[in-house]
Amino acid sequence: MSTILEMRSITKEFPGVKALSDVTLTVEQGEIHAICGENGAGKSTLMKVLSGVYPHGTYDGEIVFDGASAEFGSISDSEEQGIVIIHQELALVPYLSVAENIFLGNETRGRLGLIDWNNANHRAAALMERVGLHENPTAPIGQLGVGKQQLIEIAKALSKKVRLLILDEPTAALNDTDSEHLLELLRALRGEGITCIIISHKLNEIEEIADRTTIIRDGQTIETIDMSAEDATQDRIIRGMVGRDLEHRYPERASVLGDEVLRVEDWNVDHPTQAGRQVITDASFNVRAGEVVGIAGLMGAGRTELAMSIFGRSYGRNIRGKIFKDGKEIQARTVAEAIKHHIAYATEDRKHYGLNLIDDIRHNISAAGLRQLAPGGWVNSNEELRVAEDYRASLNIKTPSVVVDVGKLSGGNQQKVVLSKWLYTDPDVLILDEPTRGIDVGAKYEIYTIINKMVAAGKAVVVISSELPELLGICDRVYTLAFGRITGELPVADATQERLMELMTLERDQPLPTNGTAS
Amino acid sequence: MNAIASVRDALTRNMRQSGILIAFVAIVVLFAALNDSFLSPGNLTNLVLQYSYILILAIGMVMVIIAGQIDLSVGSVVALSGAVSAAVVIREGMPWWAGVAAALLVGLLVGIWQGFWVAYVGIPGFIVTLAGMLLFRGLTFLVLDNRSLSPFGGTYYDIANGFLNGWLGGYGYDVFTLVIFGIAVVGYAVSQWRSRQGKIAYQQSVESLPMFALKLVVVAAVVMWFGYQLSTSRGLPVVLIILAVLIIAYTLVTQKSVFGRHIYAVGGNRHAAELSGVSVRKINFWVFVNMGVLASVAGVVFSSRMNGAQPSAGEMFELDAIAACFIGGASTTGGIGRVGGAMIGGLIMAVMSNGMQLMGVPQSMQQVIKGLVLLLAVAFDIWNKKRAAVAR
Repeated sequence: MSTILEMRSITKEFPGVKALSDVTLTVEQGEIHAICGENGAGKSTLMKVLSGVYPHGTYDGEIVFDGASAEFGSISDSEEQGIVIIHQELALVPYLSVAENIFLGNETRGRLGLIDWNNANHRAAALMERVGLHENPTAPIGQLGVGKQQLIEIAKALSKKVRLLILDEPTAALNDTDSEHLLELLRALRGEGITCIIISHKLNEIEEIADRTTIIRDGQTIETIDMSAEDATQDRIIRGMVGRDLEHRYPERASVLGDEVLRVEDWNVDHPTQAGRQVITDASFNVRAGEVVGIAGLMGAGRTELAMSIFGRSYGRNIRGKIFKDGKEIQARTVAEAIKHHIAYATEDRKHYGLNLIDDIRHNISAAGLRQLAPGGWVNSNEELRVAEDYRASLNIKTPSVVVDVGKLSGGNQQKVVLSKWLYTDPDVLILDEPTRGIDVGAKYEIYTIINKMVAAGKAVVVISSELPELLGICDRVYTLAFGRITGELPVADATQERLMELMTLERDQPLPTNGTAS
Repeated sequence: MNAIASVRDALTRNMRQSGILIAFVAIVVLFAALNDSFLSPGNLTNLVLQYSYILILAIGMVMVIIAGQIDLSVGSVVALSGAVSAAVVIREGMPWWAGVAAALLVGLLVGIWQGFWVAYVGIPGFIVTLAGMLLFRGLTFLVLDNRSLSPFGGTYYDIANGFLNGWLGGYGYDVFTLVIFGIAVVGYAVSQWRSRQGKIAYQQSVESLPMFALKLVVVAAVVMWFGYQLSTSRGLPVVLIILAVLIIAYTLVTQKSVFGRHIYAVGGNRHAAELSGVSVRKINFWVFVNMGVLASVAGVVFSSRMNGAQPSAGEMFELDAIAACFIGGASTTGGIGRVGGAMIGGLIMAVMSNGMQLMGVPQSMQQVIKGLVLLLAVAFDIWNKKRAAVAR
């Protein structure tokens, strides 16, 4: 076997965050190479460096592809060399036909520069044959299921004479039959000499299909495991993914638990647009005053969907279940009602759902609690400024002034503005969705300190996070969520990252462990 | 901080707004230098009378634009409300106020109609109002039976052509007009003073007292000079009072009311607004209702000015109103804009049209120059935004 790809000491920095630090990856010709790591470990960033999304010069280190140093300036450069990446979010245009999608951006022109559709459809059919599909090439792609769309993506890659195929979470949205199909196809492609890099959270799949596995954690390569070796077990991969020093990363807190503040019972939510797809199934959980409860789940497990559906039904359709606040059942049909019941939800996606980036800090902080500043309908702008200054001081928002646009702040400071906004609504329950995503270690510590202050003031806090050490560091109790089901509940004293990871990767059809504990 | 530095600071702090104000002043100075009669009392009076309805439209339009929408139908609504009013007053012989009420009712219904489609059905405002533009123009033809109706005469005619004057006598200038302007200046000074005191009570930094006084004196001088010019011509135009009341009221609504602040929130990031408890539908609905009503106010003023209703009234008004907003610093993607900015934007258009007419610039060149001004204003806006993004 010869080496097809070598990525040598790749370092990639974003303002304030080091996403990759001295990462090395070696891929052999004709193997299936898995990359494992927690969310935010740097897997996707590494693949974006490889495929030219982050062009040469924006990172440090060297990429050697096929024996030659590669300097990709864009995705088309890497595709020319036969490196094709298939993202988790499929890049297909639903209203275009199968053939149109396969050749999108890569159309072969015939005479007069026009596309010969007969020829294109014929070739599309041949490509589909290779991935085991027998669809009409002129059918709109939106009519096919997600599993078939995934195969079309691969057919599209094959049309580009792919030599190194990168799949980012290819089976995340697929059911078991479709997943099995896809893995089968990858084996077949390996037989044809196509090298494959697969990013996946599903460890059983990796065990089944990968020749070697590289583990990445906190932007660094931990190890590369030969999967044929005796000791190449899922446990070893999990240890590699999560093992890190936890000390001094989380501020100390003495928990003083009060009465139950929020209880959710038998919560069921359907997907807003895909009929019949249930996103949350029979979820029940509770949180007490002075308690930090964690919800652990992998991407796509339904964490955000659970939180947003509770928060004024801002996600999903056909929502069923009960919410109890301080022991009494409440209705929170709109966000305004949820806020009135003193429930707050700070989104995982600050930029798109949390902040008005073109307005200033002052107006963003008052956005959800504006009525308090306007008893007669007219906003007291002096009082508003005072409130903003208060939060700037108490949450240590680093800015020259509170009339600066929030778009100009760093991620950590933006997150503090989001927290200020919700604290100003005087919540009893705060649901924090990935409160430390994309912010640096120092700011994370500050966020944890703020969370501790909130619970010390008797508030109940629910933290959704895919970083297990974080949950273990700050929570009193952790629920695990997998495929829309709550698969376990552990007091933090009994929880380890390995046990959480086992519960988080429980498949849809596997029975729930008794006592909320796995094996 | 010395005085010059603090003036510079005040200007750079809000370059978007002050940049356009400086441009306005420059254009006024330019036309005054090129043409003696530009700043004459008669011409200033004409400016107010000729462009008031565009400014009224721009007040509503800037709110629509801040919410991230657009309204292409206002020209047709001006025509329809004027036509209905004419039908009531001229054809049916009812009193002037019945015509005004009928016109405002038309605006309200139009607003509810368009607000419904935008907010509750989810059709983009561009499409809904494009349809409205055709729809209401067609209804205008129906109401007028393809013929002009005139004249209104009487009190209705005075709405846009009348003057308040002579009540306190005059000596070559109208005392009443000067008194009203004096009251306005005093009111402005008092409100500024109270705002300053409020800030001091909250321990915020305020401009130094000499600076504050200088600002008041400059504003007072400009306003009183303008008032004096009007008083030596025909006195205080009725429509100027309507306009001033609307500008003050809507500046307060957009800057100080919860409703106004929610408009900015929806335009700036509708998802974040929704998740902050703002009902995006309600905001969109009321913004269009408001636009409909203001368009009918403009319809009343315009039909009064024309002393009748024509089937083709108000054509292209929507473009003038939209241009005023964008020249005045509103963002094409929503979330940014001010009533004051839109007014200055509208005045820039007005002064340029008027100035070029006085100088005898051919109609064709006027269009070319106005087009270029709009383009450059938005280019400046985009450049300004990119600059801000780089600083991020």
